[in-house]
Amino acid sequence: MNPMDLVSRLVRSADDEAHEDADVRTDGGTATSERQGSGRGFLASNRNLVESLPFWLPPALLVGLFVYGAIGWNVLISLTDWEGLGSPEYGSLDLSMYAQLLGDDTFIIAFRNTLVLLIAFTVVSLAVGLVVAILVDQRIRFENTFRTVYLLPMSLSFVVTAIFWSWMYNFEIGMINQLLRLAGLDFLTQQWISDPQWKMAAIIFALMWQFSGYCMVVYLAGLRAIPTEQYEAARTDGASTLRMYWRIIVPQLRASTTSAAVVLMVFALKAFDFLYVLFGDTPGPSVDILSVMMFREAFSTTNWAYGSAIATVLFLMALSVIGPYLLTQYRRGDL
Amino acid sequence: MATDAPAAPAEPSDDQADPTETRESDRGLGDQLRDVGPGRVALYAVLLALGAFYLAPLESGLLTAFKTQEAFFSTTPFAPPPIDGTTVAPWLSAFDTLSGGLVNSFILVVPATLISALLGSLAAYGLTNIDWRGQLVVLLLFVAGVFIPYQAVLVPLTRFWTMVGLNDLLAFWEPLASRADLVALIITHAAYGIPICTVLFRSFYSTIDGEMLEAARLDGASAATIYRRIILPLSGPIFAVTLIYQFTQIWNDLLFALVLLSSPENQVVTIALNKLKGSMVQQYNLQMAGAFIAALPTLLVYVLFGEQFAEGVAGET
Repeated sequence: MNPMDLVSRLVRSADDEAHEDADVRTDGGTATSERQGSGRGFLASNRNLVESLPFWLPPALLVGLFVYGAIGWNVLISLTDWEGLGSPEYGSLDLSMYAQLLGDDTFIIAFRNTLVLLIAFTVVSLAVGLVVAILVDQRIRFENTFRTVYLLPMSLSFVVTAIFWSWMYNFEIGMINQLLRLAGLDFLTQQWISDPQWKMAAIIFALMWQFSGYCMVVYLAGLRAIPTEQYEAARTDGASTLRMYWRIIVPQLRASTTSAAVVLMVFALKAFDFLYVLFGDTPGPSVDILSVMMFREAFSTTNWAYGSAIATVLFLMALSVIGPYLLTQYRRGDL
Repeated sequence: MATDAPAAPAEPSDDQADPTETRESDRGLGDQLRDVGPGRVALYAVLLALGAFYLAPLESGLLTAFKTQEAFFSTTPFAPPPIDGTTVAPWLSAFDTLSGGLVNSFILVVPATLISALLGSLAAYGLTNIDWRGQLVVLLLFVAGVFIPYQAVLVPLTRFWTMVGLNDLLAFWEPLASRADLVALIITHAAYGIPICTVLFRSFYSTIDGEMLEAARLDGASAATIYRRIILPLSGPIFAVTLIYQFTQIWNDLLFALVLLSSPENQVVTIALNKLKGSMVQQYNLQMAGAFIAALPTLLVYVLFGEQFAEGVAGET
């Protein structure tokens, strides 16, 4: 709080002291006037903390227990040898699960696939979202209708979209192959979701379909925040539209790109539902990712400690994405 | 959508009175001139093609759901069903399989959505509109909670609910005890929904005029009074955004339900739909009808409240 505010508040609180006793009752408030007289400004922070507690503490306790408590507990479990039906033994803790991870080819493959999905999915979704946002930003008619259609996949469950795409990718009668045959491109038809060579690309394409609308929304907000003058200036400079966007507009969308990329990357780390509905808990080495492997180890084969170790790796990966992002936001006061 | 703004380019005559708007109207006029150009036609062609791309899986699914088994094997997936190959049987059969799950999903979604939104609103108020030292650190922990991959908490979560033994705790009332799984899922979704709800409410509450609140405090209003009399009445629009976002998220979730629900009578619609897909492998018409039935509530919410939904997903950043 700046000092001038403090002074004026002190003055005002002294002024108002007389009225306050009368007002307190009508408002049902509980402010105590003897405290306010002396140094309200200094006490304000502490008193405000006490007053604010009933509001944020209960939700904070729930978040503390379910999010942070559970993360800590997960790390603890990953240090045990817990498996099967019994309970975890917290007596002897070691890093054996992590050692086992390093020697596990399945883990290495899943780790690599997770990175591929994370990067390719994020880049493709951002690129498509940006292009769509720029197109929508051309003062078009029926803008709301177009936006509504483009964002629609985001409102659907992955269970639903996985079922749609398993039909789209069907080899004999799915839409993708049928369209290719119609265009005379029979040689391009593939077993999209059973051929290991195409599985990952097919998954990324379907997820891009679902998420690019989200990227469009984020980029559109960014585009709308750029002053009209800049478009004007670029146009009078004779810059071609494409050049203008590439040189002047796109660089200013860095904040939109960062925040959308963080959301997409974190999603890629926890992407589970879509793959699980398509392939169950064993999607095969070409698309096995850590989140699916973690579920398989913990909940299908009851290797709880091993599953927890994979979960810890996932958590650390997420942390390395969101840590720097949130820290920058915090420093900038953008939280 | 019903709220479609009919004309994007501003009418020049409307703006002439306001000098600050001239530049805007110039741009509008320029665009109107370009409306007839070939570039404009190409733009709309691309936009329509994109629309077809985003709707294709739904269109193909919807048409397939009305086809008989022979019809969808013999027709193109995006062609309407032939006269003799049209049927509503898949819809009836899928509804039969999913109806129990639909009811359970509503039992889950309504309380979980309300609880998380209310707690998010309270937390955002306590962390935004009341100033105290250190609040940003607490806030940071809330915001970080938005990005937690749920896999990192799954094992402790199931362990936690086993140890709590909700079944025994709720034994005093049999109808509730048999729903123990679902109660655990409600609390779980409510708890993990708090961070995003807090973030959404905070972005709204930070725009509320601090001087107005300060004046109310100086008049002796307590924090609770200010929340009830000033904040809550202003929160309508952001409650709409948050409730719609949470409704969609919780309705659509599979993972938590998969690990927390054990009894078949408590299964939610996403679980039921996944099972339907697994057991009716070649019956695409049935699968598509099931997918649409399971998606209908969220689709309806999306069509009615598209703007609020967009605000919700954008608020995640």
